[in-house]
Amino acid sequence: MTGDTAAEPDRSVLLDIYRRANLIYQADEKFRTMIMGGQLQIIYYSPRGQEILSAALMAALNPDDYLVTTYRGVHDQLAKGIPPRDLWAEFAGKKTGTCKGKGGPMHITHPETGVMVTTGIVGSGLPIANGLALASQLEGDGKVTVVCFGDAASNIGAFHESLNMAQIWKLPVIFVCQNNLYGEHTPQAMSTGAKELIDRAPGYGIKGVQVNGNDAFAMYQAASEAAARARAGEGPTFIEAKTFRFFGHLLGDDSHYIPKEEMAAAKLADPIPGYRKALLERQVSEAELDAIDAEIAEVVAEAAAHALASDYPDTDEIRIDVLGMEIAA
Amino acid sequence: MNAETPVKAKKINFAQAINLAMDEAMAADKRVILLGEDIADGQGGGVFTATKGLSTKYGVARVRSTPISEQAIVGAAVGAAIVGYRPVAEIMLMNFITVAMDQVVNHAAKLRFMSGGQTSVPLTIRTATGAGVGFGGQHSDMLEAWFAHVPGLKVVTASNPADAKGLLLACIQDDDPCIFIENTASYGVSGPAPEPGYVVPLGKATVAREGSDVTVIGYGAVIGHALAVAKEMEADGVSVEVIDLRTIAPYDEAAVLASVGKTKRAVVVHEAVRKFGVGAEISALIHEHLFDELKAPVQRVGSAYAPVPFSPALEKAYLYSRDDIAAAIHKTMGR
Repeated sequence: MTGDTAAEPDRSVLLDIYRRANLIYQADEKFRTMIMGGQLQIIYYSPRGQEILSAALMAALNPDDYLVTTYRGVHDQLAKGIPPRDLWAEFAGKKTGTCKGKGGPMHITHPETGVMVTTGIVGSGLPIANGLALASQLEGDGKVTVVCFGDAASNIGAFHESLNMAQIWKLPVIFVCQNNLYGEHTPQAMSTGAKELIDRAPGYGIKGVQVNGNDAFAMYQAASEAAARARAGEGPTFIEAKTFRFFGHLLGDDSHYIPKEEMAAAKLADPIPGYRKALLERQVSEAELDAIDAEIAEVVAEAAAHALASDYPDTDEIRIDVLGMEIAA
Repeated sequence: MNAETPVKAKKINFAQAINLAMDEAMAADKRVILLGEDIADGQGGGVFTATKGLSTKYGVARVRSTPISEQAIVGAAVGAAIVGYRPVAEIMLMNFITVAMDQVVNHAAKLRFMSGGQTSVPLTIRTATGAGVGFGGQHSDMLEAWFAHVPGLKVVTASNPADAKGLLLACIQDDDPCIFIENTASYGVSGPAPEPGYVVPLGKATVAREGSDVTVIGYGAVIGHALAVAKEMEADGVSVEVIDLRTIAPYDEAAVLASVGKTKRAVVVHEAVRKFGVGAEISALIHEHLFDELKAPVQRVGSAYAPVPFSPALEKAYLYSRDDIAAAIHKTMGR
């Protein structure tokens, strides 16, 4: 694992990570409350437990760097900077959403913040990320493409084709495996012959880094180094970031397939309070963090209210955006 | 194309026409890039030489030979397309698209809609197929109906080299993902050369031959056979109109209905397996709109319900034939 050598990031970066992580944390809590309370009827893949990973990763990127993520992507999308009200409205299927309500939670796109594709198909983001990176390489625009996926995606063909292609073409892409140790209900050891996912990297000649994704400092460093390599034309990096998910595959899943001790240990190491504690140890005041939390609470409340108050799309939208030309009524 | 051969009579074959379209597109727009197996000159300029010379002219950064990784090829093309590139991905043979269907169906076709119009996918997939050359079951299928049934995709094929050039150029310039189907057996077939800059608009059929008794609707290599049958039928006193769809999806419904509205009889022909083929859709459209005017039920001609066989004897039995087209026409004429 990396994370012990570089100087710590600036205070402003640390607070930036805190802000992003707690936006995810509070938004997730609000989503779950509203879904369980019947105010929102959606399939929901909670990112609870993976907030710090995303926050530190996105803080290491430039705003115009590209992101491709998956159905469990709300942490990535918020951390990348999508305005919460636009994201909430999309989750609610409203016309004010990022995609006019046509994509929904599993298909968020927001090019202004570099969120180019969210896919509901395991592993499918990787080949597309290569294409974004190829465009950047040809354009010479200095952008980096990050693609996030879970541990289970490392067992699908697209993963292997993509790592290979990225390496032979030295594409400016970072493959971030958010390894939460379970693919749906199946533990890694049951689905994967390789002992560690990082062991796959050498098979493609690709630079691999294994990191504790729940450690903001280590994650930020790994992402920063990978981004610097990509921008320098040195090619792709595969980051295996270890993490855990507290609410199963999708909301309502009781995680019966996860040993109780494993879940308890993971919750004991909850990265959200852990990171707060780390900041307090670094002379950031309670009051400062509380103020950020309060500000985020307002943003989340406003975003949720906006989503509920917004209108559904007009039914004519069914004929628009199918092709470039509107489909005749 | 048969009756109006230009005076200059400069000839070009399908492979040259396809090459010409990409050459013109690449010269005009640096965002046009090519991806595919063995497509650069170092690897032979494409297995059917359709990309020959292009990597030498435009460089291997823009004309990239890829690993044999169809998902990675199409995925990379999708990714580059959503940020403004116009990739042309060569999937050597149409059956190989099956391993990249996720990228084609779930991503290329849907990203425009699912993003609420924020990301379009101006991608062209060129792919060759067709029976009659002894490639057997996994290198010959005509799968156009699969793609035509996916909202968001355009499906295009040409019946002659000039159209191949004009349609492929239109695909590359189009803002939607296009599947451009080439016929394996036809790369060496020649026809009149198009003028420079020749583009054929997508979604528009053409009347390949005018007639008054029956309309034959088809696309691709079918058109040559249909024209030959039509000529033979002239002697029998049957006047056959031939409609070349050129774009299979979305197809030119108005042109089909206008022609059949005139002739009151129709035969739809394709090489793909007859059952559940494009012919079923077109036949249904005609019946829905013109049922009361039709003088006979619409006939469909296609290949047998079987995998493409290897043995020449079986392959012949599998494929639709000119005799099938003639028999279907006679049936609509009540003979």
